[in-house]
Amino acid sequence: MLLRHTDKKVKERNALTINPAKTCQPVGAMYASLGIHGCMPHSHGSQGCCAYHRSALTRHYKEPVMAGTSSFTEGSSVFGGQSNLLQAIDNIFNVYDPDVIAIHTTCLSETIGDDVSQITQKAIDDGKVPAGKHVIQASTPSYVGSHVTGFANMCASIAKYFPEVSELKLDQVNVLPGWVEPSDMREIKRMLLAMQIPYVLFPDTSGVLDAPQTGSHMFFPKGGTKIPDLKRCGKSIFTFALGKFCSELAALELMKKCSVPFEVLDIPIGIKATDRFMMKLSEVTGTSIPQMLEDERGQLVDIVTDMQQYLYGKKVALYGDPDTIIPLCEFLVDIGMKPVHIVSGTPGKYFEQRMKELVPGANFRNGPQADMYLMHQWIKNEPVDLIIGNTYGKYISRDENIPFVRLGFPIYDRIGHSYFPVVGYKGGMRLLEKILSVIMDKMDADAPEEKFELVM
Amino acid sequence: MSSNVLIERKNQVWIKSESINELTCDKQSVAGSVSQRACVFCGSRVVLYPVADALHIVHGPIGCASFTWDIRGSLSSGPELHRVSFSTDLREKDVIYGGERKLESALSELIPKYQPNAVFVYATCITGIIGDDIKAVCKKITNIFNIPVIPVHSEGFKGTKKDGYKAACSALAQLVGTGDITAIPKLSINILGEFNLAGEAWMIEEYYKKMGIEVVSILTGDGRVEKIKKSHGASLNVVQCSGSLSYLAEMMKEKYGIPFIRVSYFGIEDMSQSLYDVADFFADYPEVRLKAEEVVKTEINLILPEIQKYRSALSGKKAAVYVGGAFKAFSLIKALKLIGMSVVVAGSQTGNQKDYEQLKMLCDPGCVILDDSNPLELSEYVIQKKADLFIGGVKERPIAFKLGIGFCDHNHERKIALAGYEGMINFFKEVYSSVLSPVWNFMPCRNGELKEIV
Repeated sequence: MLLRHTDKKVKERNALTINPAKTCQPVGAMYASLGIHGCMPHSHGSQGCCAYHRSALTRHYKEPVMAGTSSFTEGSSVFGGQSNLLQAIDNIFNVYDPDVIAIHTTCLSETIGDDVSQITQKAIDDGKVPAGKHVIQASTPSYVGSHVTGFANMCASIAKYFPEVSELKLDQVNVLPGWVEPSDMREIKRMLLAMQIPYVLFPDTSGVLDAPQTGSHMFFPKGGTKIPDLKRCGKSIFTFALGKFCSELAALELMKKCSVPFEVLDIPIGIKATDRFMMKLSEVTGTSIPQMLEDERGQLVDIVTDMQQYLYGKKVALYGDPDTIIPLCEFLVDIGMKPVHIVSGTPGKYFEQRMKELVPGANFRNGPQADMYLMHQWIKNEPVDLIIGNTYGKYISRDENIPFVRLGFPIYDRIGHSYFPVVGYKGGMRLLEKILSVIMDKMDADAPEEKFELVM
Repeated sequence: MSSNVLIERKNQVWIKSESINELTCDKQSVAGSVSQRACVFCGSRVVLYPVADALHIVHGPIGCASFTWDIRGSLSSGPELHRVSFSTDLREKDVIYGGERKLESALSELIPKYQPNAVFVYATCITGIIGDDIKAVCKKITNIFNIPVIPVHSEGFKGTKKDGYKAACSALAQLVGTGDITAIPKLSINILGEFNLAGEAWMIEEYYKKMGIEVVSILTGDGRVEKIKKSHGASLNVVQCSGSLSYLAEMMKEKYGIPFIRVSYFGIEDMSQSLYDVADFFADYPEVRLKAEEVVKTEINLILPEIQKYRSALSGKKAAVYVGGAFKAFSLIKALKLIGMSVVVAGSQTGNQKDYEQLKMLCDPGCVILDDSNPLELSEYVIQKKADLFIGGVKERPIAFKLGIGFCDHNHERKIALAGYEGMINFFKEVYSSVLSPVWNFMPCRNGELKEIV
């Protein structure tokens, strides 16, 4: 019993988070930066932040993750981090030669009041930024929002910096995929290709954090959204912002700067959310949905039909990032399952609003004290048949003997998320396979001999 | 890429029989270099983490707590309170108005509920900057609940990971000397700097027990507050892993007159030496030495045939070693020599001048020695020196694999015991299975030269 300390009785806490269902902004900013081709993320703060974020991403992807740090000392904390950052920019361009440096701040540099945009301007004025190279920056104090906020802030900075303002419109759309896996970004691109819609997708970590083994270590892998693509996204006819928490800010920036209209949609997880994405794509571009995607949808619905007896009425506890949980919750309801406990560490009223619509009877909470401890307490009070969330659910799963599907960030103890998507109809099929496998494995394991069946 | 070594770092790279300059170390990392180092908080957190019946609360924004939640495989034989993550999760308004009250209220809620034997309160960058008086809060709470509530001054920016070790040692020093030592025999030691990864501390303790030595406290593997409190009753401190707890050993020497010796439990030679050194310290009890010899003889006889097997398979292969503390590198070099492997790249995140002098003597001509290195340098030298194996931690693993060479984790994330005699065989087995894995047959580079990096 690893979580023997969990008390069944739920008591309001106000100063304390136990076993968090979130982490801090900079790691999200780092992940988003890695979705630009040839980009070096840079952490403006103490060395530890950068080391932790790199380790977290490395554990999640089993890939090398490169990022620089301003390596704050006590001196820089008193006198400001300007000289560290200037030196860092100079060193990074000289040695690592990236196309872009994407600076994010930390609680330390924010609190001492470093003005990163002014420092960046100084670096440009001093000639430390070579011609054709770029430095972008996002403010990501750890004490505001969560890792999701950091991701959104960096996406917004990308959207603010690169797109060129132009009267000319190109026959293309922008897709902001939100915080999903490289596999999901790849899948969205496959769907766009199937519909023959020209697009710019950013950030795009496919080809960066799922890089193949080639016998050499590419410091900047071949994936990521290329600068010319980012520049031309101001000329797109429309922006699809997938996930309100992750993508709305960037879409707003694009509209402000380049007047690209946008709509916020859910990340296409499950049947309905994918339908909405497809329909909107079709509406905006005038393209029809190809038979191939129609067939995939049919296959997904077919699986649900075939397996409904194993899905219907099963209670589910899920936790993680709001943009993922919202469509996932909808999907679970659509396939006859019953989400009963939902937790997200990321604050924001929109989450509550959507949960009220989707699962009015469930326990749900987000923001402060919405942590894994609370989730465990809820489960103790009302047991569930399935847990869905990141690796940190494994303690509850083990202690309470509940089937567990890993989804979200971080996943430190299984592979697959980098390569197999959960978005789109194909992703829906994979989700179903995972859900059904763990539920049916448990049925097999628990069945008394006479009821142990060959055909299920 | 023009030059793979930052100009500012050229004195932190040294090549045996080639370099004429001295190796520079103990330096702040160069800003903008992709250093593999962490911060002060990280140093404190890893050292204190294994104290299993203490409550560990991180006073800061959520990241510092979430990234150090259950990150070490430091096993506990009983309580598991250390594996639960507690944080004050500071928000913007706390940064403006101060977080002391939040900390106080969190502690007042937690202590009655979990009844810990002690509490460690970790300071982070932000609490250092906003000037929260953690010490005062701890004192107040100590008086209310009558258990030690200890501030850990681990503000991230205050130095390197090494300074975090010091902060952790200062925190431990507040417990040392507060317990009853009347029942402790003369033949007794503490083991410092052993974290019980994969149960290693239990193996080591067993060897000493067989010699008739009582282990009063292991700091901090499978740690218990009560044991730490009475650790000043031991006759000798045995310090493993040079970096982390030497500072506490020095403090205990000064305050309680307890001498200390430095040992390594990794590798046959060093493991045996660490038993003999303890036996020699208790020279007035000759039977201890005899028992130590017996332990060594029995254990070595058990593993010798196995070693021969690995030697014939691995002899002539080359290794690169990049670890946290330099002391670990010494042991690794010696252990690899035992199976005929040479070390072509050796380095550490936190070694000091003395460490590097010893490292220089130990390694073969041509060996590259690196202080506070980065992925680019490491890749470059690993390829240049044609290493077959990389020994390092979490951030180095995927680089090694991308380069198409074997890897052995010698850090927090190892799942198998590598210390002691049994650990030696585990280590060779791991090296063997990684270096000779059939997957390398699929590497493009194996057909000819290792490819240059782009």
